Amino acid sequence: MKPSNRLQKTLLSTATSLALASVGMVGLAATAHAQDSFKVGFVTFLSGGASGPFGVPASQGAKVVVDAINSGSLPAPYDSKGVNGLNLEMVEVDEAGGPTKQVEEYRNLVERQKVNAVIGYISSGDCLAVGPVAEEMKTFTIAFDCGTSRMFEELKNPRYVFRTGLDAVADNVGAARYLADTRPDAVRIAGIQQNYAWGQDSWQDFTLAMEQLMPDAEIVNNQMPQIFQGSYSTEISALQTRRPEIVHSSMWGGDMESFVAQANARGLLAQATALLTTGESGLHRFDGQAPNGTIVGGRGPFGGFMPENDLSQWFNKAYEEKYGTPPSYPAAKAAQAILALKYAADNAGAEGVPSADQLAAALKGASFESVSGTVRMSLAGGHQALQPMLYGEYHFADGKGELRNVKSYPGDCVSAPDGYNAQQWIREGFPGSSCD
Amino acid sequence: MTTDRTELALIAVAIAVAAAALFSPNWLVFTLTLALSTGMVVMGVVMLMRAGLVSFGQGLFYCLGGYAVGLGGRFLGITDALALIGLGVVTTVVVAMILGLLVTRYREIFFAMLSLAFSMILYGLLVKSHGLGSTDGFGVVDWTLFGMSSESNGSLMALMLAIALALAIALFLNRYFKSSVGLACEAIRENEVRVEYMGISRQQTLYINYVIAAAVGSVGGSMTALAAGHVDPTMAYWTISGEFVFIAILGGTGHVAAPFIAALIFTLVRTYAIELAPNAWQMILGIVLLLIILFLPKGIWSLFTRKKRAAS
Repeated sequence: MKPSNRLQKTLLSTATSLALASVGMVGLAATAHAQDSFKVGFVTFLSGGASGPFGVPASQGAKVVVDAINSGSLPAPYDSKGVNGLNLEMVEVDEAGGPTKQVEEYRNLVERQKVNAVIGYISSGDCLAVGPVAEEMKTFTIAFDCGTSRMFEELKNPRYVFRTGLDAVADNVGAARYLADTRPDAVRIAGIQQNYAWGQDSWQDFTLAMEQLMPDAEIVNNQMPQIFQGSYSTEISALQTRRPEIVHSSMWGGDMESFVAQANARGLLAQATALLTTGESGLHRFDGQAPNGTIVGGRGPFGGFMPENDLSQWFNKAYEEKYGTPPSYPAAKAAQAILALKYAADNAGAEGVPSADQLAAALKGASFESVSGTVRMSLAGGHQALQPMLYGEYHFADGKGELRNVKSYPGDCVSAPDGYNAQQWIREGFPGSSCD
Repeated sequence: MTTDRTELALIAVAIAVAAAALFSPNWLVFTLTLALSTGMVVMGVVMLMRAGLVSFGQGLFYCLGGYAVGLGGRFLGITDALALIGLGVVTTVVVAMILGLLVTRYREIFFAMLSLAFSMILYGLLVKSHGLGSTDGFGVVDWTLFGMSSESNGSLMALMLAIALALAIALFLNRYFKSSVGLACEAIRENEVRVEYMGISRQQTLYINYVIAAAVGSVGGSMTALAAGHVDPTMAYWTISGEFVFIAILGGTGHVAAPFIAALIFTLVRTYAIELAPNAWQMILGIVLLLIILFLPKGIWSLFTRKKRAAS
């Protein structure tokens, strides 16, 4: 080995060791963080197709609530400053990149950034992957939006993982119930879904529920375009030839809006009524591009479906002041998860920073006030929220979108009780449900 | 053949990393496991690159390895990590032996596109498999290693296993690159016709190389699945395969250790970029990688081999 080469190697190895050591130091530096604040990791899509309609509004909704918590300007019962008196510090992480990367980033949040709790996850795959890791790492975690009904089927006996939103089964059972109530004579039902887990699950749950609730209706067609396809002319033609009366769609965000605009222009929505399970996110964006009478849902009492109460009035006002548009359902769901955290921290009975066990004990089976009314954590052994499901019709009047003929179905009416596989529960004719 | 200096160095580094891991924070242990797993898949890409082929479909084998672990645990009741990885390798080798018959007839962009197409077919199949959770994927069951359960200290066990496998693969490939098949691959890259004149079947050489690269990729996928505890069809998506090619270019083809170093740098840059700039991490990652490519066109490993340039 030549001397110059040896020198080079020594230099390199020194540099490499230094780099690795500094990585370790950063990790250690984070441990020394003062514990006069409560740190929460907030994970949502900040890039990619789901960021515009979901991720960014959710992040904005969370920020509005966090700011208000720190300044103590929330209405009762959250009018105390901070969480358990501590300043609430939020660090954001991008959800893009798939479950494996989210597992990695979750570990980094907990161990490197030393967060006290994690709130987040829009993608069901990320929820399924992160759930077991959260339990393993004993970290208080709230899933605020992901809709898979497999979440607590796969994660048995959760201790630290909660979900403050409803699953997609509730969306589709609610949709079928709304049809049965408002369009009992509809016979020809079609669908269009994005071809991935969300679309496949939604269509399965919707058709199962329709068999029970409207046995005379006939499923005439279902189209499964790629996610983010953007152009739906083939699918619209295929749907038109089957002359449906109702077109069910679980498409979301830009896909849903493009489909509605294209189907409207092509005349499909003149012959059929669209039933959009996530249509609420377009409430202030359709600008009349969706025909009046289009049935929209907001994945529960969120966004435009929020009931009138102090919290929702405050949230609507604060959000619109800051971002210039009323909050859509992802923003409201994120706000709800942050409020759940405040509720848990305030009621944990802890001195200083509450531990994950104290937070979990406080939220388990609790009822807390939120922008969507009172939330009861009564499913999955007290870890899953039970809330009503709302559907209504979109109407465009005086340059503003509004919801009419809104119907609300109680939580028991749209969600399977504990111990039931959701699909099994629908097939058996919704045992134990009460819809009055 | 006696153990040469490279082999001793590899073993020493592996032992050093394993020892350092005992005192590392848990997140670094996990990140290191993922980087090593990625490094193994990238090794496969590098093997093909040495033969002049760029595969944009190595995610196919990565995904097969991952799903073999997931499905083997879930439906066959296998919990032993090595048995699961073995299952992945066997499945992958069978698939690669069939696909290899076709794809090794093609070169350049045709090989790249064909490999990409096969990986996207698997992606499409998995997305349509509602029973396997479609795009959501599904969780990997708790696994065991030599009778020890992963529940108590899974991350460290996964890292130790990854180090052992990566070392075994690196040692094997170090010798393979110097073997007649390994050298024939480089010769094929330089001049295929001459290789045929020498009496070596280029078809057979490339076929063997392709199947071994697939098996190595499968081990990387299996390790990722064991460490992350979840598999989903994204593993076969073309952007993931593109990432492998990128890391291969980042590291260079000069040495068996290069892919592992490149994978570690890539992972660390990405995770710190995400932490520092949640809204612009892709840009930071892109700029850093661009700078590395600009100033080290032969990859990170060229830092270690500058003597050649100095001498000339």
